Amino acid sequence: MSLPARPTEIPRNVLIVEDEKEIRRFVRHALEGEGFRVYEAESLQRGLVEAGTRKPDLAILDLGLPDGNGVDFIHAVRAWTGMPIIVLSARIEEHDKVEALDAGADDYLAKPFGVAELLARVRSALRRIAQAGAAQNTTVSFGDVIVDLADRKVTRADQVVRLTQIEFRLLAALLSHPGKVLTHRHLLREVWGPAYVEHNHYLRIYMGHLRRKLESDPARPLHLITEIGIGYRYMPA
Amino acid sequence: MTEQETRPSPDELLEQMQLEAKAARRGKLKIFFGASPGVGKTYAMLSEARRLRVQGLDAMVGVVETHGRSETAVLIEGLDVLPRKTVEHRGRTLQEFDLDAALRRRPAVLLMDELAHANAPGCRHPKRWQDVEELLAFGIDVLTTVNVQHVESLNDIVGGITGIRVRETVPDRIFAEANEVVLVDLSPDDLLLRLREGKVYLPDQAERAIQNFFRKGNLIALRELALRLTADRVDDQMRAFRRTITETQVWKTGETLLACIGPSDVDEKVVRTAARLAAKLGGAWRAVYAETPDLQRLPEHRRSAILKTLKLAQDLGAETATLPARDAIETVLDYARRNNLGRIVVGRSTRAGTRWFMHRSFSQRLGMQTPDIDILTVARDENLARRAAAGTQFEIRSGWQPLRFVYAALASVGITAIATPLHHYLDLANIVMLFLLGVMLVAHRFGRGPAALAALLNVVAFDFFFVPPRLSFAVSDVQYLVMFAVMLIVGLVTGHLTAGLRYQARVAHSREVRARSLSDMAKALSSALVEQQVVEIAVKFVQSNFRVKAAVVLPDPSNKLQPSLTQGAATSLDTAIAQWCYDMNSPAGAGTDTLPASPQLYLPLKAPMRVRGVLVIDPDNPRQLLIPEQRRLLDTFTALVAIALERIHFVSVAQETLIKMESERLRGALLAALSHDLRTPLTALVGMAETLSLELAAAQSSHADKADVIREQALRTSRMVNNLLEMARLQSGEVKPHIDWQSLEEITGSAVKGLEPALGGHPLKVDLPADLPLVKCDAVLMERVLVNLLENATKYTPKGTPIGIRAAIADAMLRVEVWDDGPGLPPGRERAIFARFVRGEKESTVPGVGLGLAICDAIVKAHGGNIWAENHTPHGASFLFTLPLDEQPVVENEAG
Repeated sequence: MSLPARPTEIPRNVLIVEDEKEIRRFVRHALEGEGFRVYEAESLQRGLVEAGTRKPDLAILDLGLPDGNGVDFIHAVRAWTGMPIIVLSARIEEHDKVEALDAGADDYLAKPFGVAELLARVRSALRRIAQAGAAQNTTVSFGDVIVDLADRKVTRADQVVRLTQIEFRLLAALLSHPGKVLTHRHLLREVWGPAYVEHNHYLRIYMGHLRRKLESDPARPLHLITEIGIGYRYMPA
Repeated sequence: MTEQETRPSPDELLEQMQLEAKAARRGKLKIFFGASPGVGKTYAMLSEARRLRVQGLDAMVGVVETHGRSETAVLIEGLDVLPRKTVEHRGRTLQEFDLDAALRRRPAVLLMDELAHANAPGCRHPKRWQDVEELLAFGIDVLTTVNVQHVESLNDIVGGITGIRVRETVPDRIFAEANEVVLVDLSPDDLLLRLREGKVYLPDQAERAIQNFFRKGNLIALRELALRLTADRVDDQMRAFRRTITETQVWKTGETLLACIGPSDVDEKVVRTAARLAAKLGGAWRAVYAETPDLQRLPEHRRSAILKTLKLAQDLGAETATLPARDAIETVLDYARRNNLGRIVVGRSTRAGTRWFMHRSFSQRLGMQTPDIDILTVARDENLARRAAAGTQFEIRSGWQPLRFVYAALASVGITAIATPLHHYLDLANIVMLFLLGVMLVAHRFGRGPAALAALLNVVAFDFFFVPPRLSFAVSDVQYLVMFAVMLIVGLVTGHLTAGLRYQARVAHSREVRARSLSDMAKALSSALVEQQVVEIAVKFVQSNFRVKAAVVLPDPSNKLQPSLTQGAATSLDTAIAQWCYDMNSPAGAGTDTLPASPQLYLPLKAPMRVRGVLVIDPDNPRQLLIPEQRRLLDTFTALVAIALERIHFVSVAQETLIKMESERLRGALLAALSHDLRTPLTALVGMAETLSLELAAAQSSHADKADVIREQALRTSRMVNNLLEMARLQSGEVKPHIDWQSLEEITGSAVKGLEPALGGHPLKVDLPADLPLVKCDAVLMERVLVNLLENATKYTPKGTPIGIRAAIADAMLRVEVWDDGPGLPPGRERAIFARFVRGEKESTVPGVGLGLAICDAIVKAHGGNIWAENHTPHGASFLFTLPLDEQPVVENEAG
């Protein structure tokens, strides 16, 4: 997948906030190999300083920092910037991940992670920002599905797919953040309203409907991806 | 106790949760209420049960008396009937309701005919309504029938109307707390018609019944009572409903009642009247018995009658108290003022001037001292009072100690003997003094009765031996008669006063002994450091103070009383009664309502937080424990012991918690450090290796695949570390399943997606029915199970063979199967492979430490499911696990 055709205008500054030198080193190496300019910070405080002065276009953030919780970093930074934040976390900290995503992080990577995966996530996050800046496209397509958000019309392999009101709202909520992990709470609040944030079974049922209507193999979905224990993610083709 | 033992397993937690959910719901009581037998209560109840049955509820007959009525018998057909228990009593075989069987069977609704029925001796409770209370407490709904004459507070009114007094009564409280009361009404004429037709009693009984109980006048009166009681109830409901909607409660304070029980209130009329008044006023009420030193001297059977009256008050809903008093009136008034009770109900004797001196009745004196409190007087039933008094005389005679009277007589003889030689030297007046001295000494030594006898004998002896003419009862001077009279009166009064003083001294002494033993015990208990000591102290003090054999039974952590933990000398204690006493937090055994036939008394050791054990008392003379001071003292003892036990419990809980917190903190810190310290270098290793392999590949180096191998191995090591850490966390109990509704499809999807790179050429077949229900589980843990099982399948089967997942519903469980087409499991090891660090083949070339299946096992079990493995023929194996299915969650309709 190539980036939009204005390469010189694409922001390419990345901030890594991570206390482990070895991890910083290989992430930096991988990103610089792709042409990014990389700034490093080894603590939360340094991270905030770097974020404020370097104005990075994306941050990679370790949740377990020596001088504080990464979630605090997200809260602080979200006050003034919408830059994508990718969170690095160990599997054990399931709860922290959800908290970080609810606080405004865009994506997460479980340690240990591969270079290819990291780069894919970084690209996807930057692309989303670029698209948000561009004119809103009212038609989204993935696989053999075409969704017309304005006309509220969905077709799959040129056949019209009938979605209920809620199914459509849920689909639209997912499609509006391609590649981003949306937590259960976020989706429930957006689609059903604040009174429903604890009704996780609504999501299970309606996501099941959507997968059955739009995925070729609902048990192995390609676009409407489940992030177990966290939420869902729409993956563009 | 180590932490390992106290931590409940997931199964236990689950079970406990289910139990608590059940216990939280108290059963509902529905009463079919009628004015008299034969109006059709049982019929109505059975019809209701059939209706419930049609709705699919598990309605069952506990006890129904058909009395040979065919209409009723027909209705029972088709309903499950609980088998009765056979009780042998005095050579007769009685069929009684089997409470334990009912509790085991746990029907949704149980039919219990005739709530007022008295059980045969040997049953758990003396009364059926107590059985019903226990059923309700266990969450079983009960349908029952009651006649108006069985309602406790109406009992004497009905007795007055019909001339027939029934002994079997139901406390008003039960009636008031019933969730529903349905009045089954039949006009007197129709009832009489039914009677004549033989529908109520068999024909020969019927005629007798019509002449006695079923007189038309009776029936009308009873019907009015029943209707009125039901109407009152409806009225209360209306008021309660109003209160909930307006929230403005205008409670006139001072509307509450105090029933004052006196020594002659044996007919319980005061209590019943007070209960009725309190119910009308809708307020709470109390009943007290002010016990003066005079009253403490009452014979035991009268004191126990008073206690019974107090107990009745309690059953009728009163808060009761026995007040030790010097002046009864002052004490009662003080109690009333302190508790803001505006009305006092007292009994009034109809016999005036029963004493030989001017004596105002208690109610009159009470009235004179209280301008601010209303006094309501209730006439006493004189027949009953007289009968009680007759009992008193009998009691005194039976307690007669003839020796004391002999001594008194001997004292008179002695004084006469001493005075005879002296009568030449002494005036008659001084001889009288000698006699009076004798009376006083007798009174002091032997009490009132002997003193009276001595006084009388003295007068006779004085007259015969000293008053001229001597050795004759004739009197020379009339003024000697005055002397006799004065001598007799002075003798009697002196004797009375002296005996009174002596009695008071004894009471004071016993009070002091009681106070001292209490303070001694409190002191001893406060220095006890372990349960053992508390129990020893308790047993020692109870035994020495009450001259009984005592024992303390303590519960184990699962709230089962452990006879092995028994301390003390009680000979044969009944663990079942002790357990009941502990569970129900109410006394049982001798002298109580529950199993009164038992020779022992079981008292719960009730501390502020919960019951801490049971004190078992094996008295030589059970009646002794019924004496109020003894009971009060015993109650204080048990409270002290219970508090001491609770204190020790909390001390040990605090210590354990401290140790646990410390070790948990350590473990947590260790796990976090391990997880961080192992993962960080692995992350760097994986990243570096991948970068290297990409770069080497770009440079077309032949070493690219070696870098790739490094990466693969690092990833594998990382998975192993994950398994180890996961197992450690599961073992430590740190992982609390985050249970929510989950879709197996999603969990499978996520597991498969994460594993895709590791599948390594195994075609994966996923076969899930489209209509799988949601299942309650922790999605992250369940994904781990699937990942581990799939990983195993890829590791232990040849490349290229298919593996797959399928699911089905079997026996109300979701069954998930991960199958492969490999060589299968070593036969006989299907179970062993789930243990920790066990692998299918020893020393295999396949990497791993054998934790994957142990983790699956722990997770599935924590969800209340089961996991096992099966071999297929000719080859291939399956790993299966089940998860319990719950009722599906409610989803609001979208259109709505």
